[in-house]
Amino acid sequence: MGTGTGVGRVRGLGPAGHGAKNWFHERISGVANFALFIWLLVSLLTLPSIDHASVLAWLSSPLTAVPMILFVLTTFWHSHLGMTVIIEDYVHDEGLKFGSLILLGFFNFAGAALASFAVLQIAFRGTVS
Amino acid sequence: MQKNRARPLSPHLSIWRWGPHMAMSIANRVTGGALSTVAAVALVWWLVAAASGPEAYDSFRDLATSWFGVLVGFGLTVAMFTHTAGGLRHYVLDIGAGYELRTNKNWAWVSLFAPTAVAVLLWAYILLRNA
Repeated sequence: MGTGTGVGRVRGLGPAGHGAKNWFHERISGVANFALFIWLLVSLLTLPSIDHASVLAWLSSPLTAVPMILFVLTTFWHSHLGMTVIIEDYVHDEGLKFGSLILLGFFNFAGAALASFAVLQIAFRGTVS
Repeated sequence: MQKNRARPLSPHLSIWRWGPHMAMSIANRVTGGALSTVAAVALVWWLVAAASGPEAYDSFRDLATSWFGVLVGFGLTVAMFTHTAGGLRHYVLDIGAGYELRTNKNWAWVSLFAPTAVAVLLWAYILLRNA
């Protein structure tokens, strides 16, 4: 941001131009979340038990592991988009905002990676119990 | 820099009369924040515990089925259902429908309270089934 010309004084002060993309991705991931959450809710309610053996047996099927990983990814994606907007709206200090957004990204990538890896590990190990 | 008091400001929270649509808007944001933090950690914890073995899983399950875990679970269910209703409401508003004053107000009330009612029924079912 300069102090000279008119355009130099306003450059960097306006919107980044990515607002509609964030909004649209929030909607798309929301639809995916909705479908996958209904699946997860119905699956958990119809499981005979939520003990370790039943959950492992259930998660090790490809038709469970894949939707579960998709649920993890779309959830963290949607969560990242929403929390980004919340931070942008309420954290006014530029430095703090920048730092918060980076930490948010670390948190969401770590969460999505940990949860996906856990599901893959269960699925690839199979049901030896 | 001197403040220009005559400068027009866009109306904000303190200007508008509080209505259900505003309550639903902020409820959607608050529940989204709760889900992005507490529910995200719980989801990762549950899956990692399941992958880590029976002991880790049982300690998660003991916590999740304690009165505290059930309380958090109920809260997250209310948050999830409210956020879902808020999201579905947004899809309707996004296509340009549902802006008539009475319609908008009614659906805002429904999306504020129906999710909690459904969450209560769901948890009553779960707790009675496992009693």
